[in-house]
Amino acid sequence: MPCPPDARPARPSPLLEVLRPYLQSLGIVMALVVIGVYLSIMTPTFLTTSNLINVARQISINGILAVGVTFVLLTGGVDLSLGSVVALTGVVAASFAHPDGYPVVVPILLGILAGAACGATNGVFVAWGRVAPFIATLGMMTVARGLALLFSGGRPVSNMGPAMTRIGGEVADIPIPVLILGGVAAASWLFLTQTRLGRYVYAVGGNENAARAAGISVGRVKMFAYTLCGAMAGLAGIVLAARITTGQPNAGVAYELDAIAAVVIGGTSLSGGIGGVGGTLLGALLMGVINNGLDLMNVSSYYQQIVKGCIIVGAVWLDRRNKP
Amino acid sequence: MEAAGAGGDARQDLAIRRLESAVTVGLSPDSGILCHDDENAGLESCPVPRIEPESRRELSVPDHLPETEAPLLEARHVGKAFAGVQALADVSLTLQAGQVHALMGENGAGKSTLMRILAGLHPPDAGEILLSGRRVAVRSPHEAMRLGIAMIHQELMPIPDLTVAENVLLGHEPTLPLLGWINRRALREEARRLLGLLGAELPVHRRMRGLSVAQMQTVEIAKALACDARIVIMDEPTAAISDREVEALFRVIAALKERGVAIVYITHRMGEVFRIAQTVTVLRDGRHVGTYPVGELDERRLIALMVGRELNAVFPAPAASRGSVALSAQGLGRAGAFRDVSFEVRQGEVLGLAGLMGAGRTELVHSLFGLMPADTGTIHIHGKPARIRCPADAIRHGIGLVTEDRSEYGLVPAMNVRQNITLSTLRACSLGPLIRRLREARLADASIRGLAIRTSGSGQVVSQLSGGNQQKVVIARTLLSGPQIVILDEPTRGIDVGAKIEVYGIIARLAREGKAVILISSDLPEVLSMSDRVLVMREGKLAAELDPARTSQEEVLEHAMPA
Repeated sequence: MPCPPDARPARPSPLLEVLRPYLQSLGIVMALVVIGVYLSIMTPTFLTTSNLINVARQISINGILAVGVTFVLLTGGVDLSLGSVVALTGVVAASFAHPDGYPVVVPILLGILAGAACGATNGVFVAWGRVAPFIATLGMMTVARGLALLFSGGRPVSNMGPAMTRIGGEVADIPIPVLILGGVAAASWLFLTQTRLGRYVYAVGGNENAARAAGISVGRVKMFAYTLCGAMAGLAGIVLAARITTGQPNAGVAYELDAIAAVVIGGTSLSGGIGGVGGTLLGALLMGVINNGLDLMNVSSYYQQIVKGCIIVGAVWLDRRNKP
Repeated sequence: MEAAGAGGDARQDLAIRRLESAVTVGLSPDSGILCHDDENAGLESCPVPRIEPESRRELSVPDHLPETEAPLLEARHVGKAFAGVQALADVSLTLQAGQVHALMGENGAGKSTLMRILAGLHPPDAGEILLSGRRVAVRSPHEAMRLGIAMIHQELMPIPDLTVAENVLLGHEPTLPLLGWINRRALREEARRLLGLLGAELPVHRRMRGLSVAQMQTVEIAKALACDARIVIMDEPTAAISDREVEALFRVIAALKERGVAIVYITHRMGEVFRIAQTVTVLRDGRHVGTYPVGELDERRLIALMVGRELNAVFPAPAASRGSVALSAQGLGRAGAFRDVSFEVRQGEVLGLAGLMGAGRTELVHSLFGLMPADTGTIHIHGKPARIRCPADAIRHGIGLVTEDRSEYGLVPAMNVRQNITLSTLRACSLGPLIRRLREARLADASIRGLAIRTSGSGQVVSQLSGGNQQKVVIARTLLSGPQIVILDEPTRGIDVGAKIEVYGIIARLAREGKAVILISSDLPEVLSMSDRVLVMREGKLAAELDPARTSQEEVLEHAMPA
């Protein structure tokens, strides 16, 4: 027996359907444009190549961390250990970057590996130990800081070779950290949108039980996300060490919070399953532009903190208001 | 059938029109949204009720109304859509003081939506609500309460660590004149008085935690009285209580009627309607089928109105031939869930699994699918022993599970229809790690056509679909992995009757294609009509194997009930 004719499913405008995922980002883009225009009028220096490159350089480390932690947030987790991992990996990389020591790939690889190891440890506890991500990564935050201090004897590790400090430099006027961020973001975007594992990341965050029932190995997906996030923190640590030409065991304090803020401003849901790298980049850019603007307008750095806090809450509040 | 429904509509329309004219002539409907009149002060401010029963009865029929039969509440042409899906269209409902009005319809017919609109949980998209002839807007549960509309939810929401008295008078605590301190003695006495009005005796100092569901219900109803509710909505109040408690509830309802309260009563139990209701409104697919005095109906006719067709047309004929054993289980057990379960299912056979909730059926199939592996026992698939430790193992062995709870285990709500359908079979449409989009879209579109999933496109977010279509998405995902053994756990729960019939068609088709089907259902007519063989589970064990052709619902229940 055929079912009765059913006129109930709605047919929303196809155009709206196509645009829907971008509407979110549209808000941030508009904010960026408005602030950009405002700053261009109010300050003579904002809209200059050198300043814009400066903004890009300033956001690169936060951007790399934010892209990495996007994976973790998409699975519905969180990583609070990023700042400490940045310090640890910076110290590790710097220690192996002696001018007449190993070739530069060695400190880079070791830094990334150290980060990945921290992330993998988080992943093991979260995925199979059933420890809440908040707790597991909070523990790692302290452990990684301790390891950084232990490894460096509590002192900054300087005397880095030129090949290493070159990472903090420029190629054809474009800062290398910015190129690294671009590469990392592009690869992550491709990964999340085009690969099977990327799809699984969304599925696990969107409904873990359904993902498991669909035959996805939820543990492996989480493990992957935390490990990748740690590796990217390692990369960020190397970039930071190269820029300040030392491995600082006390560096990176509270970096994880800026990174998470950028992801959340970019529209990724803290409960997982919704969002992406594009939004994260825009979020990091928005934070960077506002910081830069406040600098240019000689606003005290005390106010900058207050403004940043308001933006984080304001962005998420607007986001919530737009959702049913 | 259709003619009868249309006739009902016409009757209803006429009645409404008559009422409408009466109201427009009799009084000019206040354009203001809320009642601010003194007559309605009792509803307005909701203080600790001090109104004696006599004055309360006057209250329910304000004296300046020209006709005593002006309805207590009238909902006219109410409509509501969720994310573009029309849940309710042009539905009207008229409640008279002191009457029980049964609201009937299949799951998804729109009963809950209508009630949630009246209770202020959803704003309606269309139509208007009149209270004693006055237009009102019920914008929040709080406002509903102030207007005298109370809803007793199916899932009760008491505060477990407060006492009975504190729950009854939550938000209306009598206070001492100073500092707003709660007058505990007055609180207990008032609670006792309100419960007494319902003829219920409960220890008011007990914590809610220790109460039975039925007792909590009584507390909720007393709570409604504390707010001077004149309209009490009960959503399947007898679903989770024993027969004796049902009798007690009916006495409470009689007490409410006596006090001039209008009661909206939602139930799936036919017998109750004919016992306590005076009027019946039937909804189907979000539309108003008709409103009838209960005397005009009998059970058969009521079912036909709800379903919209004769029942025997619903279930397709079972498959004819059976093949070899597809899956056999020996001595399966899992601590605290089920034990010593052995059975087999053949190709082309539909094996029904009946039993009460909590009998271990869902746990059993979860163990077959590797969601929570069994502690003991063995599983053979096509005669070969199989170890199933996770769903991926099960899928590799050709087992597919359509899970019971769509939102918990079925769908990823933020993903679109296509992504949900292909979630288990992405490997088949990938090149290395990369997803082949075109192939994925083609697979999804074929499923959408094959199962007649109604969607604006495979890119539509799955949470926007109706329940039945969401269920079909879950089925589509399961079938896409090409299972030879298909397990369906309550596949028709919470979906409308049209979708149900389609699901029955899918099950029959699977059996014809030679797949082994295991069907869990708590709907006895469904499981008896769809299955070739029925196993009954009771308290974690197999209690009986029955031939659906030679058994009855009563016999199944006999085996399902704990001794």
